[in-house]
Amino acid sequence: MNENLFTSFITPVILGLPLVTLIVLFPSLLFPTSNRLVSNRFVTLQQWMLQLVSKQMMSIHNSKGQTWTLMLMSLILFIGSTNLLGLLPHSFTPTTQLSMNLGMAIPLWAGAVITGFRNKTKTSLAHFLPQGTPTPLIPMLVIIETISLFIQPMALAVRLTANITAGHLLIHLIGGATLALMSISTTTALITFTILILLTILEFAVAMIQAYVFTLLVSLYLHDNT
Amino acid sequence: AASEKKLLEVKLGELPSWILMRDFTPSGIAGAFQRGYYRYYNKYVNVKKGSIAGLSMVLAAYVFLNYCRSYKELKHERLRKYH
Repeated sequence: MNENLFTSFITPVILGLPLVTLIVLFPSLLFPTSNRLVSNRFVTLQQWMLQLVSKQMMSIHNSKGQTWTLMLMSLILFIGSTNLLGLLPHSFTPTTQLSMNLGMAIPLWAGAVITGFRNKTKTSLAHFLPQGTPTPLIPMLVIIETISLFIQPMALAVRLTANITAGHLLIHLIGGATLALMSISTTTALITFTILILLTILEFAVAMIQAYVFTLLVSLYLHDNT
Repeated sequence: AASEKKLLEVKLGELPSWILMRDFTPSGIAGAFQRGYYRYYNKYVNVKKGSIAGLSMVLAAYVFLNYCRSYKELKHERLRKYH
């Protein structure tokens, strides 16, 4: 059972060719574009949702920060759709791979920080020292703030990976437990099945929340630096 | 000649020559995918009263393809006495 538990997280390769590329590109098929003012229901729904999210997320930024709208909106759509698609049976979720999440987190965080350093050097450096600290504490606090700054991309990536992977693993385990318990004691199996239903609902929420959190944090780092 | 006929109108004996007649260049293959995508999109999604069926057929096909992909590992988990 140990080997079976983690086989769903192996990068899909077919005949040596990376099938994972197709799987990563698949969510883009689900977001059609339309140049019309009144388009079909599918596109209208997506446009409405995107407008809602972008207004909620980008309203806190100034005009320089709002140039990142396209990036952040595609980010939340990508992570949200990838996580939700991963809840389908037998599917592979690219966001469970730490490599991909690092690839998303590090450039975005670095871009925000470097923008801050280039355009508002004094304010960015001032972030290393919270206001009103007593003088003897200053060296230690600067060190701590530097560490907390550099841990931001790692935390972004690891948070997303761990949440999604843990959720998938729990679903696998509890589903397997339900199946195994069916022949032993039906009542316990029913209880386990209820737990499975609740867990699936949680996973749907987590899928979307993680996308939101990732994008929100990147936008926060951006706000600090513009 | 077997060229330029639709697939359903090609006689069985002409099938190999019809297949060889198809455009297998990268742009040809891309065109085939594009035509297939728009055929599905215009039939099921880009309509006045589109329903959930347009999206769920795509997701069902996705689930099925993933099942085919992981069949090799899944066949060990069947409830059999001998694997």
